[in-house]
Amino acid sequence: MKKKFMCLMMAMVMVLSLAACGGSKAEETPAESTGSSSEETAAPSGAAFKLGGTGPLTGGAAIYGNAAKNGAQIAVDEINAEGGAIQFELKYEDDQHDAEKAVNAYNALKDWGMQISLGSVTSKPCEATSAETYADRIFALTPSASATAVTEGKDNMFQMCFMDPNQGSASAQYIADKGLATKVAIIWKNDDVYSKGIHDTFTAKAGELGLEIVSDTTFADGNDTDFSVQLSDAQSNGADLVFLPMYYQPASLILAQAKSMGYAPTWFGVDGMDGILTMEGFDTSLAEGVMLLTPFNADSTDERTQNFVKKYQEQFGEVPNQFAADAYDCVYAYKQALENAGATADMSAEDLCAAMIEQFTSMTFDGLTGDGMTWDASGAVSKSPKGMVIENGAYVGLD
Amino acid sequence: MTFLNFLISGISLGSIYAIIALGYTMVYGIAKMLNFAHGDVIMVGAYICFYAVSRFNLPPLVGVILAMTVCTVLGMVVERLAYKPLRQAPSLAVLITAIGVSYFLQNTALLLWSSNPKVFPNFFTSGSGETAKTGVELFGGQLKISYVTLFTIIICIVIMLALTWFTGKTKMGKAMRACSEDKGAAQLMGINVDATISMTFAIGSGLAAVAGVLLCSAYPTLVPTTGSMPGIKAFTAAVFGGIGSIPGAFLGGLLLGVIEIFAKAYISTQLSDAVVFAVLIIVLLVKPAGLLGKQIREKV
Amino acid sequence: MKSLKLNKTTRWNYLTYLLVILAYVILQVLGSTGSISSSLKGMLVPICAYIVMAISLNLTVGVLGELSLGHAGFMSMGAFTGVTAAIALQDAVPAAPLRMAIALAVGAAFAALAGFLIGIPVLRLNGDYLAIVTLAFGEIIKSIFNNLYVGVDSKGLHLSLLSDKTNLAEGGKLIIAGPMGIGGIQKISTFTAGFVLVMITLIVVFHLVNSRAGRAIMAIRDNRIAAESVGVNVTKYKMMAFVTSAALAGAAGSLFAMNYSTIVANKFDFNTSILVLVFVVLGGLGNMLGSIIAAAALTILPEALRQFSDYRMLVYAIVLILVMLVTNNPTLKSFFSRFKPGNRSGKEAV
Repeated sequence: MKKKFMCLMMAMVMVLSLAACGGSKAEETPAESTGSSSEETAAPSGAAFKLGGTGPLTGGAAIYGNAAKNGAQIAVDEINAEGGAIQFELKYEDDQHDAEKAVNAYNALKDWGMQISLGSVTSKPCEATSAETYADRIFALTPSASATAVTEGKDNMFQMCFMDPNQGSASAQYIADKGLATKVAIIWKNDDVYSKGIHDTFTAKAGELGLEIVSDTTFADGNDTDFSVQLSDAQSNGADLVFLPMYYQPASLILAQAKSMGYAPTWFGVDGMDGILTMEGFDTSLAEGVMLLTPFNADSTDERTQNFVKKYQEQFGEVPNQFAADAYDCVYAYKQALENAGATADMSAEDLCAAMIEQFTSMTFDGLTGDGMTWDASGAVSKSPKGMVIENGAYVGLD
Repeated sequence: MTFLNFLISGISLGSIYAIIALGYTMVYGIAKMLNFAHGDVIMVGAYICFYAVSRFNLPPLVGVILAMTVCTVLGMVVERLAYKPLRQAPSLAVLITAIGVSYFLQNTALLLWSSNPKVFPNFFTSGSGETAKTGVELFGGQLKISYVTLFTIIICIVIMLALTWFTGKTKMGKAMRACSEDKGAAQLMGINVDATISMTFAIGSGLAAVAGVLLCSAYPTLVPTTGSMPGIKAFTAAVFGGIGSIPGAFLGGLLLGVIEIFAKAYISTQLSDAVVFAVLIIVLLVKPAGLLGKQIREKV
Repeated sequence: MKSLKLNKTTRWNYLTYLLVILAYVILQVLGSTGSISSSLKGMLVPICAYIVMAISLNLTVGVLGELSLGHAGFMSMGAFTGVTAAIALQDAVPAAPLRMAIALAVGAAFAALAGFLIGIPVLRLNGDYLAIVTLAFGEIIKSIFNNLYVGVDSKGLHLSLLSDKTNLAEGGKLIIAGPMGIGGIQKISTFTAGFVLVMITLIVVFHLVNSRAGRAIMAIRDNRIAAESVGVNVTKYKMMAFVTSAALAGAAGSLFAMNYSTIVANKFDFNTSILVLVFVVLGGLGNMLGSIIAAAALTILPEALRQFSDYRMLVYAIVLILVMLVTNNPTLKSFFSRFKPGNRSGKEAV
């Protein structure tokens, strides 16, 4: 009996879900919007470019997805409020930092009628969606998926952030040039593409430059709380600089534990470290002297940055990190490219794709995360990472 | 000296696993269900305490008590709404419901408190300002034990002893043991089974709040998924020590922490998880009911 | 009475085949006329993979009666070995369907081997202890694939652990790159291949369950001691069910992996094992049709909930809890059973 009843139940659920799936296709003018604020500002449909992106909005990596979504939302609201020829309608879908869900999310966006894409926020999902955008000829510009595999072999996939290998070798170069250390320790995240990519190029470059890597230890998702072993390995091998190619959340734990151990090397981070100062409750004295390469600085006196940070804080109650800034830049880069190309919102995704490839490989863009950005045909952006050092709880530019 | 330092790190990590495992084992012993939502109750407790202390500037002790109260109520409400209707259902149905509750708590936390990590304040310091100390130093500073570790171990032992006393000597505790042996027979003896199970969840969830505060004091980043991995590890620890056994959970937790740190230190940081689970498998093969678990003979 | 019951099972099995074929035909027709959304179209292959996962886990949990929390480990095994085979054979076997079939077979074979090796220690345990050991094996497999490097060059396959020491010759290619998993996979999985795999899985499972061996397996589930006392070789039959289940999961893993351009070990973690377990429990233990419907419905559900945007996963959790509560509600159950007078509940596998 129960079997049949269950089957009946499940069949009902399935029919409902199928209906819902089919239904979303029929909606040619979606009234639903991604954020709370977009509804008032969204331009009347038909006149706006449909801009879609996927990112982890729930789950363990939700900080990055939500930051990118919010950053893009602010840019879209600003552009739509200006009321120029280019109007956007933004939709972000949740991919839970998973390749499978990212493809699902991408397909949902396609049903919605996405014309240009913001790719995915994190690397591995973006690798999966970029294969789809490539096959479907939809142009994609990812704010933050930095792995090489994302753009490899795809002519319509571009990045706003710099690629992992660049960061790794730039960091090694910087350390060697400035003579910051001769003995270096690395702690990296063993199950993360981003961390692994930077680690590999860093060690290769460090070998060339004569930096000695005395300690090379890892952590992974399940054991990212205790770093005493990794830190004492670095300490006992006499490392005077510890390189941390990771996001700021584990980095904050490492800094705290090193302090309680009494270990004070030079810390060197990458762009994922940005955001550490704005974590609620974080003791910024722990990050004193941390150096990092980051394209974005929320404390910058630059007017556009200040304006962005202010708006972000008003709307979301938090200080934006580089994911938000990168996504914000993506939207403005699109605006510039679409204007240059004279594109209109009734163009098909395929036509837009061809136009965007042409624009992005030829234009120069000034954004929050860098001035004079250009893209090469591979999709990689050329912007130089800025060296920053944290002093008195704020970034200070290194020369 | 590095060996001792690693041992201390291991005990520090292990004592947190132990305190979470105590909650797991309590609920398992009485309700015979794997409460996968336990890890998320820990996260809720940590958030409550964080907001009480950081936003409303309440003293830490008040924050802890508040967190315990909220978690106790939460535990009882969840039990009443999600688990009680399934008392007659197969145990797997309850397991799935517990997973549903776990998703529910995580996503509610995400909506309420956002995905941005919060840094938990360290309550366990002596002195103030620049000279504040977070731990004791032995052998001229070569060996450091943080106050959090000391407190966690002490609290863990106290809780273990209290639970052992409670289940062994008090009337309620005896009722719990009776329920765990045979619910039907317990009911016939005039024990209110529903109230007993509800009480178990209340105690388990209260303990989870304490565990949450200690977990986040030792490893201070707090996000909505904070509880899930330690939850699974603690579940492993509870099985390791023999699930249902209170001293077993304590021992299992400590050993798991120590093995994890030693595996990282002396084998490989990359394979430490694999080593931990391999040890677990070997132990269970030698002692199929865990270290201190009772080997129940099957009735023929 | 006995023959009547057997007929009922057979009827139920044929109904299952029929419904699966019907679903396939309908979806194919709809697909060719372009009337299904790309969202649903993109989910067809993963749904097939999850259906096979659910059926194979149902064999372990429902038919054999042992709780396994590490089923994603076998999926992982199948995914990585299958894709490796597919990439290595890219030039040797140009026909995609054939390469696909070989990859599925390789995935299934390796997963079966893993199932056998794991089964030796695991099947000595019972209940929750067995569950935790399967969980442990799942995590170990994940950890190994996170640290495994496999490359192929003119001299054949090269393996190394922890760091890339494969030293590939000129023109060689690194297939599994540790934590970066496998990238640049050719997407050769198709809905038809998925459908065929589901049908094969059903045939294998139904034949196993309705055979002498299947009855022995169920006898062990219902009462191990009684089964042993009448001369059933417990280890042998337990192993038979476990290895079959692992092999099917491996094939499902291959199918799944070849539907995406990239795959990482972390995808096949504890949460995936739990997800599949949810399909099985929701569909009913031992009820294959239930597993199929549950797997399909619960894969579509989170996508169908996208309109809730921020509240999506919250709604999913609530739906999950409510479905468990409603399907296990005694009042509702007896209410529904009133419509079927001749069919008393309580005899069900659950």
